[in-house]
Amino acid sequence: MKISLLRLWNITKVGLMAISRNKMRSLLTMLGIIIGVGCVITMVAVGTGASSSIQATINSLGTNFIMLFPGAATTGGARTFTDQSRITPEDADAIKSECPSVAYVSPGARTNAQIVAGELNWGTQVWGVGVEWPNIRAWNVADGDFFTDVDVRTSGRVCVLGATVAENLFPNGGAVGSSIRIKHLPFKVVGVLERKGGNMMGQDQDDQIIAPYTTVMKQLLGSPRISMIYLSARSGPEVKQAENEIDALLRQRHRIPPGQDSDFTMRSQEEIANTSEQTSKTLSILLGSAAAISLLVGGIGIMNIMLVSVTERTREIGIRLAIGAKGRHVLLQFLLEAIALSVVGGAIGVGLGLLAPYLVTRFAGMPTEVSTGSVAIAFGFAAAIGVFFGFYPARKASRLDPIDALRYE
Amino acid sequence: MAKDALVLEIRELVKTYHMGEVEVHALKGINLTVERGEFVAIMGPSGSGKSTLMNIVGCLDRPTSGSYRLDGIDVSRLDRDHRAEIRNAKIGFVFQGFNLLARTRATENVELPLLYSNQGLSTLDRARRAREALRRVGLAGREDHYPSQLSGGQQQRVAIARALVTEPAILLADEPTGNLDSRTSEEIIAIFQELNDSGKTIVLITHEPDIAAHAKRVVYVRDGVIWRDERIVQTRSHPGEPVDAGAEPVVAFPFTLAPVTEEVAR
Repeated sequence: MKISLLRLWNITKVGLMAISRNKMRSLLTMLGIIIGVGCVITMVAVGTGASSSIQATINSLGTNFIMLFPGAATTGGARTFTDQSRITPEDADAIKSECPSVAYVSPGARTNAQIVAGELNWGTQVWGVGVEWPNIRAWNVADGDFFTDVDVRTSGRVCVLGATVAENLFPNGGAVGSSIRIKHLPFKVVGVLERKGGNMMGQDQDDQIIAPYTTVMKQLLGSPRISMIYLSARSGPEVKQAENEIDALLRQRHRIPPGQDSDFTMRSQEEIANTSEQTSKTLSILLGSAAAISLLVGGIGIMNIMLVSVTERTREIGIRLAIGAKGRHVLLQFLLEAIALSVVGGAIGVGLGLLAPYLVTRFAGMPTEVSTGSVAIAFGFAAAIGVFFGFYPARKASRLDPIDALRYE
Repeated sequence: MAKDALVLEIRELVKTYHMGEVEVHALKGINLTVERGEFVAIMGPSGSGKSTLMNIVGCLDRPTSGSYRLDGIDVSRLDRDHRAEIRNAKIGFVFQGFNLLARTRATENVELPLLYSNQGLSTLDRARRAREALRRVGLAGREDHYPSQLSGGQQQRVAIARALVTEPAILLADEPTGNLDSRTSEEIIAIFQELNDSGKTIVLITHEPDIAAHAKRVVYVRDGVIWRDERIVQTRSHPGEPVDAGAEPVVAFPFTLAPVTEEVAR
C-alpha cells in the first residue's frame, strides 16, 4: 500500500478516537481478549513455575540417582510397596561389590511409627538406610553427625531426624544427644538433617527419621526384606550402564529365566524427570488450548462488534467515500480500529497476566514464573486476532457503495 | 489544471438501471457543458433523472454510455479508486443533510478531505487551510464547535467549507437548502453567490424555483433528457450583497413543478 506514514498516523488517530468514544462497548469487546491473554500468561507462569519446582525437586534427589523397587515394571509409574518384596540387603551388598558403574548403594527399609520425646509425640515414617545414603541423596546433616558403619553392623539404636521432626519433638532445640522412643524402643539422636522441602508428590521430605537399616529391619520391622535400594552411578552417562549391570546381576541372583519379567524395577532420576516433564507438557498443552479458545472467542467478539459498527456508521463511511476516501483508506481505518481494540485489550491482558501469577503465589502458595516468551506470544497473538477478525468487517465497509451508504438512515 | 475553459463536458450520457428483468432508463442522452465560473442550477421533478445525473457528475457513479470530461479529464470509465481521487481533488460536495461527522469538531470535519488527498499536507497546513475555509464561510470563531452545537445553517456552512478546502474544480450542491428555513436558505445561497463571484464553478441541484433563481443558468431535466437550458440575468447590483429575501424570482418557469402529485419513476 502506498500510504505515507503521516497518513497512516492520521488514520490510526481516527481509529483510536472511535474507540475512546465508545468506552464501555470497547471495554466489553476487549474483555475476551483481556481474559484470553491474561489466561495464557498466567497458565504458562503456573506451568513453568510448577515444572521448575519439580525440576528442582528432582535435582534434590541427588546426582545420577537410581531407585530400585521390588515388583515388575508398571506403566505410568504407579507403584505400591508390597510385603512380597524379594529384595534383600544382600542384593545391595552384591551390587556394591560386583557392579563397577555403581558408586554408592544403600538399602532402604521403611516403617511408620509414633515417636515420643519427653512429653511430645509425633507420627512419622522411619527409613532404615546405609551409611552411603547421604552421598546418594546429596543430603547432609545440619547438626551432629550421620550414624556410622559400626552402628549399621551392630544394629545400634541411633537415628538422624528430619528437620520437621526435630522441630516438632524439640521445639526449643537440643535434639542432638537426646533420646527418643520409636515403637517404645529408646533411640539416641545423633544428628539432624538439612532442610530439603517437599518432594514431587508434595510430601514433606523433612518429615522422616533416618536410622541404620539393620536396626529398622530387625528391631522395628522384623523382616529380612527391604522396601527398596538407593543407588547412584559413578557419572551421568554411566546411569544406563549401571542399570544394565544391576539388572543382569539381580536376575541372576533371583534366578529369573530369560524372557521372564524381572521381580524388580529401576527408576533413574532422568526417567523421573522425563515423566514429570511429559506431565507438565500435557498440562501446558491443555491449559494453552483453553486459553487459545478464549482468545478465539474474544476475536469473534471483536468481529461481531466491528460488523455492528460498520452498519451503524454506514453514513459516515458514505461521507468519507464521497469526499475522496479510497476503499483501502476505509479498510485500513476499520482494520486499525479492530487492531487497536485487540492490542489495547492485549495490553490490559498482559497487565492482568503479570498480576495474577503474583496473586497465585501470594495467596495459593504455588510457585509461578512469568516468561517473557509467553507475554510476547500472547500479545502478538492478540494483535494477530485483531487483523484476522477485523479484516472481514473492514473489507465489508470498504466495499460499500458511496451512493447507497450516503442514503442509509 | 486543465487549460480549456470547460469544467464539465457531457456528451450523449446514458444511464440504464437493471432492476431484475426491467430496464430503467434514468438518463437518455444528456448533453451538457459548463464553463469555468458558471453557476448552474439543475432542476427537475423527482424521477426526472436529476439525482442520477448528479451522482454521475459527482463521480459517485459511472454512466452506461456516453462521455464525461471533468476539468479536462475523461472520468466516465475510471475505476473506484480513481473516481475517489477525482472526487477528492476536483469536486466539493454539499449535501442536503449536511453530512458532517458527529462528535467531530468543525475544523476536523473540514480537514477530512485533506486527510485523503495526495497533496501530503502537514498537520499544521491542514489546520491552517481548514481555518481559512471556515473563515470564508463566515464561521471564524466556531472552529472548535461540534455539529450538535451549531445551527442548521452553520452546519451547512461547515459543509461548504469542507467542500472548498481542497480547492476543487466544481462545487456540487445537492439540495443544499432542503433542510433549512427560508431565511437560512437565503444566507446559504448568498454564500454560493459570493463564491461564484470569486470565480468558483457551482452546480446546484434543487427543485425550488426561488433557489434556482439565484443561479446564472438553469437546466431543466425531465424524463432523463435536458428539456430546457436558459441563462438568467441577475438583478443583483453588487456582487456579494445580501439578496432581498422578499424579491420575486426574475425567471419565468415554463412548467409547473408538481410538489403535490409526486411523479412516480417509470
